Amino acid sequence: MNKPLINVEGLRVEFPSKRGAIAGVQDVSFTIESGEIVCIVGESGSGKSVSAYTLMQLTKFSGGWVADGRLTLESGSGSEINLRAVDEARMRTIRGNEIGMIFQEPMTALNPSYTIGWQLAESLQQHRDMSRKEAAGRSVELLKQVRIPEPERRLKQYPHELSGGMRQRIVIAMALACEPRLLIADEPTTALDVTVQAEILALIRKLRDETGAAVLLITHDMAVVAQMADRVVVMQNGRVAEEGPVEQVLTDPQHPYTQALLAVVPKLGDMAGKTLPEPMETAATTEYHIDKPLQPGSRVLLDVKHLTKRFPIRGGWLGRTVANAHAVEDVTFRLLENETLALVGESGSGKSVTGLCILRLERPDSGEITFDGQDLLALSDEDMRLARRDMQMIFQDPYGSLNPHMSLLEQVIEPLRNFNLETGSALEDRAAELFDWVRLPRAFLQRHPSELSGGQRQRVAIARALAPKPKLIIADEAVSALDVSIQAEVLNLMMELQAEMGISYLFIGHDMAVVERVSHRVAVMYLGRIVETATREQIFANPQHEYTKTLLAAVPTLDLAHRAEKWELATKPPPSPIHPVGYVPEPAHFQKVTEGHFVLRSGAGSVDERRYGP
Amino acid sequence: MPYLLKRVINSVLLLLITVSFVFFACRMIGDPALNMLGPGANDIALENLRRAAGLNDPLWLQWVRYMGGLLQGDFGVSYRYGFSVIPEADLKDIGVPVVDLVAERLPATFLLAGVAMAIAVPLGLGMGVIAAAYPRHFADRLVTVLSLAGVSIVQFWLGLMLIVLFAVQLGWLPTGGYGEPGHVILPALTLAARPIGRIAQVARSAMLDELAKPYVVTARAKGVAEWRVILLHALRNAAIPIITMIGDELSALLTGAILVEKIFAWPGIGLLIIDSLSRSDLPIIQVSITVVAALVIIVNLLVDFAYRIIDPQIKLGQKA
Repeated sequence: MNKPLINVEGLRVEFPSKRGAIAGVQDVSFTIESGEIVCIVGESGSGKSVSAYTLMQLTKFSGGWVADGRLTLESGSGSEINLRAVDEARMRTIRGNEIGMIFQEPMTALNPSYTIGWQLAESLQQHRDMSRKEAAGRSVELLKQVRIPEPERRLKQYPHELSGGMRQRIVIAMALACEPRLLIADEPTTALDVTVQAEILALIRKLRDETGAAVLLITHDMAVVAQMADRVVVMQNGRVAEEGPVEQVLTDPQHPYTQALLAVVPKLGDMAGKTLPEPMETAATTEYHIDKPLQPGSRVLLDVKHLTKRFPIRGGWLGRTVANAHAVEDVTFRLLENETLALVGESGSGKSVTGLCILRLERPDSGEITFDGQDLLALSDEDMRLARRDMQMIFQDPYGSLNPHMSLLEQVIEPLRNFNLETGSALEDRAAELFDWVRLPRAFLQRHPSELSGGQRQRVAIARALAPKPKLIIADEAVSALDVSIQAEVLNLMMELQAEMGISYLFIGHDMAVVERVSHRVAVMYLGRIVETATREQIFANPQHEYTKTLLAAVPTLDLAHRAEKWELATKPPPSPIHPVGYVPEPAHFQKVTEGHFVLRSGAGSVDERRYGP
Repeated sequence: MPYLLKRVINSVLLLLITVSFVFFACRMIGDPALNMLGPGANDIALENLRRAAGLNDPLWLQWVRYMGGLLQGDFGVSYRYGFSVIPEADLKDIGVPVVDLVAERLPATFLLAGVAMAIAVPLGLGMGVIAAAYPRHFADRLVTVLSLAGVSIVQFWLGLMLIVLFAVQLGWLPTGGYGEPGHVILPALTLAARPIGRIAQVARSAMLDELAKPYVVTARAKGVAEWRVILLHALRNAAIPIITMIGDELSALLTGAILVEKIFAWPGIGLLIIDSLSRSDLPIIQVSITVVAALVIIVNLLVDFAYRIIDPQIKLGQKA
């Protein structure tokens, strides 16, 4: 009988803490066969990374140690190598040689001070005893294998000269350098845009087919699991909740945790045929009461016309402007009362800058912004400050957007103080009321942010935004950093608040499945332009612009039938939004598809015609 | 490289401004002739000097002449060097070209600063790197204590203690002076204490930051040996704050070794400035300050070039 490539039995990894050793993972067992893709899926803190890092004894660098269990690697000749017992010198011949690793953050996983060629050659010289010339030859081969154009030129480049997707392919090439029999990929696409994610996932599958290496893929995203896995290991709180073939785990989950996890994943197409947003079913103990349908009003709350924002790029002797980065280009949209407009796009599309311009946290170069009948760009700084009372913002990172040295009470009542809305004990009453709204215990008011989880922090951020009773909330990737179960709860909370308080949302995001769930209307942005705008139903049922179609096709789905689909690997970098001074882009010209559905038909320059042209 | 040229030109401009500032400042603190000859000078000598040195001309003309002199290597003349009271002789016979005085002192200053840094850089760097490689280990704690001691120790006390131990008790090294190789050791050790401590502190924290970064995990996962991870991967990225600190400390050694020069009777430029100050010998002060300013500007220029060699993102002028 063939032995599995990797066999993990009863693994327990401990980490030091102030109160003695605590277990990061316990009683974890799984196997990986040659050429198989195994996904470990779980939320943050479930121990999925620890389990994988232990295979290479990498946990010891962060202070952890294996307290119990067996870890073996099949040596290739039928015997087993005990990964727990091998010494550091032997382990180094396994790392990078038998087992390769791909990391989450391609931006930081490469050493910024050395060329791509140097970093690729390093492990070849280490494990294969190659000369510099041989290593360079093999590196070019590897770069071709991961479909990087102009491989010879890349060898001399530094990481910062390449895009995120390119860097991730370099990391993959590095992991493949010595033809490892196992590839560990730790959230390899989480930090990437969705179209790039599709490319990288397709690449990993293709490489598995070509090289026969097994893949251990760590992810939090059930849709990625559905697209990639042969077998799935579901982890929760450091233990294995469920393990099995992907078809079985996804279609007939046995463990309640797996069932709950699958239930809260927003699925593209869930909302087909429905005109209004709806809350999700969650297994959470908190319940949401949304009695009335989320019907938008008829009055225009926010009217943005021809908004343009460019960032000057300075250079030369006196720091003159030598070029402009066109961040937002001729953007026009309207937001009704009680409505959610989703602004979707990938990084660099200008969606966040648009949000900042509306609050005038960035000063637009031209355009009109009318909010609640007021011309925002004409207001004095003090009047603008007062106007912000009605327009609040929620940011992506709840760790960065709360002040770690202020109690939650102080942070939540700060907007009330700023606008002199309440005084004295009324302040605390209002804070308690807000905490009731976002379903945090009132006792938390005295706590500091470090005592809260990510989801709880984001609720505090929402409570703070709600404090001055705003009419508009700009939610900039407000749920992107959260685990799916928490994400579902926060989305439901936002919808409930809309139903109860009549808030309008400008929902800035990149996850199409989430957008489909919460929005009434959608505007798709690409390179500073809105390329398509329509009701949610129209956009998802009948996308018109090439870019919208690409974006929708790139979203991984839970549908197992679609996984064979091939994704073409783009070799061209996205076009640059940087143009010389004096460059005048064509104004936006929209074509009406049906009532309320418009698609960009002009805009040469900002929008790349070669890839996503009309 | 146009950037290099730009930085050099900026540095030259900065130097010109400094020189001019010193020139005008020296002319604003009283009668320059009186300052040059001292309070004991008689009216005839003063008037002679004013005529000879053109001190009756308008200030801008004097400035043009002074700058022109500098460009030709003429740094002026000291009339008081070696005298406490100006003798009533012809000024031409007793004037000493200032440039000779400063040039005589510079080698001593360079030697002392060079030896001190040659001790401090490897020692400080080594201590910092070892501490970061073994965090919370005994070695780390030892380095933390030693570097704190190095930074906070009082220089003249350390100098005296070294003299007492190595010169008086053991008799291995001279108490002071200049000329023999042995002379430089004690003052250099005294001067090195602070840079050792500061370089070790900066190296430790910069290395700790770098070792926590994802690319270090990538390198380890490639099977790279730990010494390569530390010395090639992390140290190179930690180099910028360390080099900044080395530059700062070198500038400080070139300008501020006065105390140590005094204790060890080391004929460096610091001692010259102090002696000239006590005699109000303006030409020497003027030139010494100019030279010191030039040294600091050069050190900063070198540090800046070092950044460009180390960090490819700075080299291409597109820091992310």
